[in-house]
Amino acid sequence: MSAEPIILEMRSITKEFPGVKALSNVSLTVRAGEIHAICGENGAGKSTLMKVLSGVYPYGTYSGDIVYQGQVMHFKDIRSSEAAGIAIIHQELALVPELSITENIFLGNEPTKWGAIDWITAKKTALELLARVGLRDDPDTLIKNIGVGKQQLVEIAKALNKSVKVLILDEPTAALNEADSQHLLDLIRGLKGKGISSIMISHKLNEIEQVADSITIIRDGLTIETLDVVADGVNEDRIIRGMVGRSLESRFPDRTPHIGDVFFEVRNWNVQHPQVAERMVVKNSSLTVRKGEIVGIAGLMGAGRTELAMSIFGRSYGNFLSGQVFKDGKEIELRNVAEAIDHGLAYVSEDRKALGLNLLDDIKRSIVSAKLSKISAGPVVNDSKEYAIAERYRTSLRIKTPSVDAGVNKLSGGNQQKVVLAKWMFTDPDLLILDEPTRGIDVGAKYEIYGIIQELAAQGKGVILISSELPELLGLADRIYTVFEGAITDCIPAETADPETLMKSMTSARKKVQSI
Amino acid sequence: MSADTSPRGGLRDLKKIFGGGSSNVRQFGILFSLIAIVVLFQFLTNGLTLSSGNLINLVSQYSYILILAIGMVMVIIAGHIDLSVGSVAAFAGIVVATAMQDWNLPWPLAILLGLAVGVLIGAWQGFWVAYIGVPAFIVTLAGMLIWRGGNQVIGNANTVPVPDGFTTIGSGYLPEVGPFTGYNNLTLLLGLIIAVAVVLVEWRARRVQKIMGSEPAPLWVSILKVVLLDAVVIYATVLFAGGRVGTSFPVSGIILGALVLFYSFITRNTIFGRHVYAVGGNKLAAELSGVKSRRVNFLVMMNMSILASLAGMIFVARSVASGPQDGLSWELDAIAAVFIGGAAVSGGIGTVTGSIVGGLVMAVLNNGLQLLGVGADRVQIIKGLVLLIAVGVDVWNKSQGRPSLIGFLTRKNKTGEFPAEPPAVVPTSGTPDSVRPSDVST
Repeated sequence: MSAEPIILEMRSITKEFPGVKALSNVSLTVRAGEIHAICGENGAGKSTLMKVLSGVYPYGTYSGDIVYQGQVMHFKDIRSSEAAGIAIIHQELALVPELSITENIFLGNEPTKWGAIDWITAKKTALELLARVGLRDDPDTLIKNIGVGKQQLVEIAKALNKSVKVLILDEPTAALNEADSQHLLDLIRGLKGKGISSIMISHKLNEIEQVADSITIIRDGLTIETLDVVADGVNEDRIIRGMVGRSLESRFPDRTPHIGDVFFEVRNWNVQHPQVAERMVVKNSSLTVRKGEIVGIAGLMGAGRTELAMSIFGRSYGNFLSGQVFKDGKEIELRNVAEAIDHGLAYVSEDRKALGLNLLDDIKRSIVSAKLSKISAGPVVNDSKEYAIAERYRTSLRIKTPSVDAGVNKLSGGNQQKVVLAKWMFTDPDLLILDEPTRGIDVGAKYEIYGIIQELAAQGKGVILISSELPELLGLADRIYTVFEGAITDCIPAETADPETLMKSMTSARKKVQSI
Repeated sequence: MSADTSPRGGLRDLKKIFGGGSSNVRQFGILFSLIAIVVLFQFLTNGLTLSSGNLINLVSQYSYILILAIGMVMVIIAGHIDLSVGSVAAFAGIVVATAMQDWNLPWPLAILLGLAVGVLIGAWQGFWVAYIGVPAFIVTLAGMLIWRGGNQVIGNANTVPVPDGFTTIGSGYLPEVGPFTGYNNLTLLLGLIIAVAVVLVEWRARRVQKIMGSEPAPLWVSILKVVLLDAVVIYATVLFAGGRVGTSFPVSGIILGALVLFYSFITRNTIFGRHVYAVGGNKLAAELSGVKSRRVNFLVMMNMSILASLAGMIFVARSVASGPQDGLSWELDAIAAVFIGGAAVSGGIGTVTGSIVGGLVMAVLNNGLQLLGVGADRVQIIKGLVLLIAVGVDVWNKSQGRPSLIGFLTRKNKTGEFPAEPPAVVPTSGTPDSVRPSDVST
């Protein structure tokens, strides 16, 4: 393998966002005609690295060099990286559903004759390209009428049309079924035979083990190691160790849990995808929460964690099929969000800006927005109570702002998250579901938010903590459920949990779990 | 903020006179535009603009548009639009006029009938918008055709006169009572009540601020504010009370005033009002906070139709008959008023008072140009340009990261109001940006 020449080298790439260092001196070397996998936890920096490579973050916004075919490249946008022969295929496909396969392949790159689009050439080329990727559909078929697997192939055909030399695939098989995945992997192997290198980001370690020639592992924005699959005898366990093997320093406040009885229980929960009826997003899941307990939910992206949480929280996601919720021994119905709030549930969304806050609103109004009745006489909101309450949370959660009259859009991510937490604490919940409560937040604010979570548990509330960061779960939770493809695969007490066992349960439907 | 050492402290306090925080600078700007336009026309028309007769005429001629603007701003805050208001007004007008003429329905009952028509039409349109999910633009475009046609079917495309008692709501004035003073006594009384209310409201606001522990504006600001406002109130009172004998403050103006107070309270101080802003600002976040967004949308659309019916009845009462062309292009005047008054096209932003000021800008402009003898054709062109420029300046300023024209003029001293802490960007492989709803622009 090492005999092949190096086609691409990323040298000491450092990329900073305000307050966060996403990549720190990351290096990556790709040889001609190899399949190079990039592994790492959610948020490790994989996607950022690929965005640097493909010009989404243009030259000048990062430090370090991209050396491609022996030259230092200065990509200023995706077009310039594509022109050089580097194409990225995103998780979310960039195809226009209402246009045909041919139209999509040539979108922005249409062959012309006398100033008009030359559809005859386009169609002929499209047929050739489709044959290369093994797609036998009529090129006039609309994109919306073919499945995700085939759409993925159209994306690749589109890239091949631009005479690509390095193909970047971001979670290419995440949305595909077994057969489609296999076809895609075969295709990538076939392209390798024709001298096209692929860089593949995937959470499916078995696939990586199957097709990759070499693997670069990234953790916390750092390159941990680069492995040669054959020479180093790489297997799944070896990759997992690289991905999670970081030390758990005292990044968490001390806590002695005082855990009471089970007060909240979900039994045999089944939920369908809101659009695609045959797709089950939550499968027969059951879980319990005790008073004063922090229950972790671990799972990779798309495993169904958020879907589980939101469907419990007043059926705010998907089509509810079946299942029961018990609170304090009694079965309760949570048909909408208002009922869920009335029953003492709170849900802090993973997507603060889209689902957690009204960014046009000010701090005080945001804090009271989920339970206005608490500060109202009949239909009339009491402004002075609102102000007093907002001030109380500003002090107790240390929200950094000159005034609670300030707009929430002026706050940093950490302070916005504190406002969201205040909003839900104000509803006096018995159970808080926190979905990625520290996403996009700097280390200092994280520590403070961990403290708030522990304080809530100390008050005897139940907390369900969903997180992509295993150290966070291991550091905070008393018990951790793992989720894989919509089903709960395991329940591990914190004392016996370690990153390797968690990662195993998160990547395979290992054992049937019985709720404790 | 209490240790205000910035040289602009005085200016900021001055802005507080009109309740101008950083959030409603645009209203502050538009209020000044209104004053400027009034002064300009007062000068150009040699004092005709601020004469008793003209002022009384202005109020009775534009009260129904301003009533529509009240409903429209709530619709727009919730993120919708209502194109049907002119047709709904015309439909309610013809139903009421026909009921009084053909069935001899007493006029107070006829007014109730008109409001009931508004409730039914509103429920119909609200149903399609809120529960079926058809965009309000389409639903009300259809409504615009349906109710216009309905008006012509019921009235046979003819004009239907209305009886005397009914006309009070459109062309009535406060009656003459008490001793002869040379002025209309009830109007004077009304003015006095408002002048005292201004003082009480300001005094109470200061007290509440003190109780809440927030720093109120300096006392001189409050005093100046009260003096200025009361000067305007007293000046207007004298003008309204001292008109031609038999005229005084119009009844329609009183209806308008009551509605402004009521709906300002609803939007600012009630749970429902909060929910309207929440749904318009971020529907998904509102729903996840337990807001029943469909019910909010339904009620907002229904409320608009009720107010449109009321506006239609006031217009019919003023013109003493209901006709097939009533309410033509009212929706455009109402929508223009709302946007000049600071509302955002994307929803979530806007106020009742802002929209009233926006509507007054259009009204004074219209009226002043008419007084100057400018033809209706040119008036339309000028109004169109004013709308475009008012909103254009605002949008352009926002795209430059400035809050508004006034914000631009005063922005140099803006630094240090917020801690210089940049918002954290999310470098994660989680939900890709492409599937997130794009950030709501403010």
